[in-house]
Amino acid sequence: MSNDPTHQFLVNKIVPIEIGGIDFSFTNASLFMVATVGAAAGFLYLTTSQRGLIPTRLQSVSEMSYEFIASMLREGAGSGGMKFFPMVFSLFMFILTANLLGMFPYFFTITSQIIVTFALALFVIGTVLFYGFYKHGFGFLKLFVPHGVPGVLLPLVVSIEIISFLSRPISLSVRLFANMLAGHITLKVFAGFVTSLSALGALGIGGAILPLIMTVAITGLEFLVCFLQAYVFAVLTCMYLNDAVHPGSH
Amino acid sequence: MFVTAAYAQQSTTTEGAEAHDAAAAGEVHTETGVAHEGEAGSGVFPPFDSTHFASQLLWLAITFGLFYLLMSKVIIPRIGGILETRHDRIAQDLDEASRLKGEADAAIASYEQELATAKAKGHQIADGAREAAKSKAVADRNAVEADLSKKIAAAEDRIADIKTKALADVGAIAEETATAVVKQLIGGTVTKAEIVAAVKASAGN
Repeated sequence: MSNDPTHQFLVNKIVPIEIGGIDFSFTNASLFMVATVGAAAGFLYLTTSQRGLIPTRLQSVSEMSYEFIASMLREGAGSGGMKFFPMVFSLFMFILTANLLGMFPYFFTITSQIIVTFALALFVIGTVLFYGFYKHGFGFLKLFVPHGVPGVLLPLVVSIEIISFLSRPISLSVRLFANMLAGHITLKVFAGFVTSLSALGALGIGGAILPLIMTVAITGLEFLVCFLQAYVFAVLTCMYLNDAVHPGSH
Repeated sequence: MFVTAAYAQQSTTTEGAEAHDAAAAGEVHTETGVAHEGEAGSGVFPPFDSTHFASQLLWLAITFGLFYLLMSKVIIPRIGGILETRHDRIAQDLDEASRLKGEADAAIASYEQELATAKAKGHQIADGAREAAKSKAVADRNAVEADLSKKIAAAEDRIADIKTKALADVGAIAEETATAVVKQLIGGTVTKAEIVAAVKASAGN
């Protein structure tokens, strides 16, 4: 295995597919997308197949995820936002599962690919824009005009609002991508210290204890980050959807 | 390389060792070659490598779309159903419990009322009995007292009667006794008149 910390992010073709001169190969990233969907859907499907009135432990995990997202969406976007529940739930479960799968050694982390997180962020913002204009027409543009701002300041405030709206897909995608990428690189670098130090003999093995402890600690931290980033993505999705449901309310 | 070479020398045939060595060298070569190719081919940090963007987008769309469909058509209705069933069941159980509690409360109230009635009745009976017993006791006592006082009066009458009779007899007895005493002492007879006088004189003392 290469000691290059970015090697783990390399995309390799597994089944080369080319349509109209564009490369649509089934890659290791595609494989782990399929694995993510399989793991998440399989877990949710199998744990709820009993439909127990009194849930088993795993069934209550599925139910807790459901209720967690449902209450998050209801608090973030009100009861009018509940029609987006399947979307937010799918996003949260997909990102969480992808992040957690990435924690396995030698597994590919699809959320460490900027294009993947950017596509998910665009999906969210696209939904907000589409639903906002569909539901409120040009009234959706009230989103950019806050209440109670004096007329002189209005052009400035509106341009700030528009810039902040446009930066949302970037911040949403870069936050997730950068967290996963940085975490995995850090893990790889510290784990690399352990192997390269322990190759130096007895003193090196003694010195390798510190990066080993760091690696273990960072692994724990990374599990937290995996959950936290999925949570943050879902919370921000709820907030943005709130703008689509109630454009003039902020 | 060193380890591989050492391992290879332990191998039985030299040909095998050579093959191993060659394979190890080739492996190292290809690996560095891949790394070089990766960096030279795209010249960018792997996550920003745009050559695979189209394939990533396509497969993300396929997989996430499938996931979304599975979630919205199968999983979410199912979990929602489970939660709703449980919610309904809990609400039903709570209703049943509150109904039973109402029944129990009514039973307790009627029991309390009956108890109060019975207590009042018991008090009434006890009071009546006590009053009756008291009046009867008073009447009995009065009757006994009246009887006793009657008897006491009769006894007192008799005592007085006997007393007067006895007192009347005292003089005669004294006279007889005195006559007998005198006769015994002096042998003579004393007239009755003298004895009576003497008795009277001593009685007068």
